[in-house]
Amino acid sequence: MKKTINTYFKRQTNAAPLAVFRVFFGFLMCVSIIRFWSKGWINSLYIEPEFHFSYYGFEWIQPLGSFTYVLFVVCGISALIVALGYKYRLAILVFFLSFTYIELMDKTTYLNHYYFVSVISFMMLFLPCNAQFSLDAIVKKKSYENIPNWTIDSLKLMLGIVYFYAGLTKINSDWLFRAMPLKLWLKSKYDLPIIGQTIMQQDWFHFLMSWGGMFYDLSIPFLLLYKKTRSFAFVLVIGFHMATRILFPIGMFPYIMIFSTLLFFDSNVHNRILKIFRRILKAIKFKSLNLNTNLIQIYYYRAHKRLYFVIICFLFLQLIIPWRSLLYPGELFWNEQGYRFSWRVMLMEKAGSANFKIVDSITKKYFYVDNNDFLTSVQQKQMSFQPDMILEYGHYLGNHFKSQGHKNVAVFVESYVSLNGRLSQQFIDPNINLMELEDTFKHKHWINPLNDEIKGF
Amino acid sequence: MFKKYILYINLLFLISVSFSCTDSSQSNENLVDNFDRQSLLINITDNIILPAFEDFKEKIEVLEQSVSTFSNDLDLASLEQVQSHWIEAYKTWQYIEMFNLGKAEEIYYIQKMNTYPATISKIENNINSGSYNLETNNNNWVAQGFPTLDYLLFGIEDNVTNTLLFYQNNDNIAHLEYLKDVVSQMVSITELVHQDWILTRDIFVSSSDNSATSSLNTLTNDFIYYFEKGLRTNKFGIPSGVFSGDNTRSSKVEAYYNSNVSKLLSLEALNAVKNFFIGQSYNSTSSGKSLKDYIEYMTEDSVLTSAITTKFDQSNELIEGLNDNFVSQINSNNSLMIAVFNKLQEGVILLKTDMLSVLSISVDYIDADGD
Repeated sequence: MKKTINTYFKRQTNAAPLAVFRVFFGFLMCVSIIRFWSKGWINSLYIEPEFHFSYYGFEWIQPLGSFTYVLFVVCGISALIVALGYKYRLAILVFFLSFTYIELMDKTTYLNHYYFVSVISFMMLFLPCNAQFSLDAIVKKKSYENIPNWTIDSLKLMLGIVYFYAGLTKINSDWLFRAMPLKLWLKSKYDLPIIGQTIMQQDWFHFLMSWGGMFYDLSIPFLLLYKKTRSFAFVLVIGFHMATRILFPIGMFPYIMIFSTLLFFDSNVHNRILKIFRRILKAIKFKSLNLNTNLIQIYYYRAHKRLYFVIICFLFLQLIIPWRSLLYPGELFWNEQGYRFSWRVMLMEKAGSANFKIVDSITKKYFYVDNNDFLTSVQQKQMSFQPDMILEYGHYLGNHFKSQGHKNVAVFVESYVSLNGRLSQQFIDPNINLMELEDTFKHKHWINPLNDEIKGF
Repeated sequence: MFKKYILYINLLFLISVSFSCTDSSQSNENLVDNFDRQSLLINITDNIILPAFEDFKEKIEVLEQSVSTFSNDLDLASLEQVQSHWIEAYKTWQYIEMFNLGKAEEIYYIQKMNTYPATISKIENNINSGSYNLETNNNNWVAQGFPTLDYLLFGIEDNVTNTLLFYQNNDNIAHLEYLKDVVSQMVSITELVHQDWILTRDIFVSSSDNSATSSLNTLTNDFIYYFEKGLRTNKFGIPSGVFSGDNTRSSKVEAYYNSNVSKLLSLEALNAVKNFFIGQSYNSTSSGKSLKDYIEYMTEDSVLTSAITTKFDQSNELIEGLNDNFVSQINSNNSLMIAVFNKLQEGVILLKTDMLSVLSISVDYIDADGD
């Protein structure tokens, strides 16, 4: 057993796949940052709001005022340098830190695919993605032909986890037996040409997409691993992600996933891609940077043992973190305890409204808060159905009115939430003073239970 | 073995997709989306918005006419005529206020017509200085429109006889001029907006896609906004003090100086909201495609729609039980005002939370990626 493990970690493979992955990843990240900037989101999401929702334990991470733009510049440039493979470790470290900082600035914008980027860039810190086809190789005049096989496998495993877990979480009664929330979303796409007024409105199509989506997510890692089905699987990957691109406002994620799954192909494919890259570079007169000759080809890159120890621990964590929701009683979709960071994607159409009431606990005089005075509409929307955000905002309001000289401030919330087409019901216990609660990882007993049961993961 | 199974399942899935696609193109008839959003827009525009504007324009012109008669005759009969025409126009206005889009939004029509309470010092200042611009200066929203007429017709003196004496007094000729100016401003911006509705009607009803700027989404968002702000907050919330720590603000009721009509106006507003929701024509009791039908198409039942109409009906019942005069109501028993606010709030929740969620209407101000 030990022997097989040892030989596994010694096994070598061609370095091209990681090089191609690095180039695409860096390039796409740079494009994402530019896209984010050009849409004005830096301003509307990080500078305009006067209050930001923090992650537990990361309250010290806040937007930096107009320096937030500098942060994005750093992030974008480091992504580009990652693509070029120059001072790779430093570049990917800077990228990982700046990107993760951006992500942690406000919980409102939590997206699984941002988390995915953080996860992947953390792993890349420990992987020799600059072994070939990189400025580092040119500068050091050292190019590695082969790298340890586990380095590529670890990324494949991570991708597999993302897909497989996304599939597992779709095994629930709303998704499979009510075709929710896809039914609502697809029906509202009536303005698509041809399909909008026809199949998008059909019951069978909503179920087909729900079940198909589940089977797709569960099986795609295996189909990609198995050589005979790989090309077919890749076609599925492209089809699936392009469909999501057309149907949903999903940003750069489809492209990131499509290029990531290239990792499953063997090195011939990647060497061909590298050849294309070289040809492009030649065409744009990068002759001075001769990428083929004068380099010492070293056939084996030796990774430090500690590196794979880090990666193993990290992957182990990735395998168990999504299951933490099992530790909580009650309906996961409703309470959202352990919902984030577990590849639960597109599972809920949730909307809410939350009216905060500031009460003088002695005189019982009260008034309602106009949320527009404190939050942007994006923040209001997200806050209205996520208990931890409701609590955090409640505390913010309480402290705000205390500092304004109000006495005996108690904060109550009248909130209603509708989940996957169910009639809305009261969400947070309206008789609980939010100021007396602390956000913890314990079960939030102050959430009214959902009057229904959703079976499954 | 396992992999093979998965492969088969996937192949099956792909084949079924491709088959069903060809199916649908062959037998289009029974697969066509059976909810026609354009007919909803046509119904709302042709049977609700346009006739309401038509009627309102007429009423506001009648009001202008009677103001002009009054300024010539300066007698009791013509003053009473002005007052009653003001009430008629104000009632009809309740069917207009929710349509804050297109030209109306562009020229701040709603704000100019009905920002209340009016600011007396601002009005008197304008009158004394004689130089004011009702058109562009948004400081003047509080010195024009229905609330300003309310002050000039009912608030300047405590009864109609004294009001008549006031205007008969030559020293107050500037007030009379201001009255005329305010009304003619109301007429001209109403004509502008009405004209624009006629001109853009075809474009408006054909924009039925689901995007932030499409007609359907703007209308829906405006409808909810009006229900929450125009009806719930302005007519009940602010005067009853729910936003100001239990201190009632009776001076903030709509038509404060002639507050005998405050209940009448809010009943009209609620009726306008309900008719819009169920698609009932402005001029008759017939109804066409509406948001209600659209929700029922999406949810495949009437649970949500009947919950919403029930809230409308219950609100109506609660308002009926109030004093005609909201100032008296607030001073005698404010809790009944708050009860209406709470009931309307229950409606807001259903509209904002359930309805928007079910319709998957993109909200105009939200722009970010999802996953």
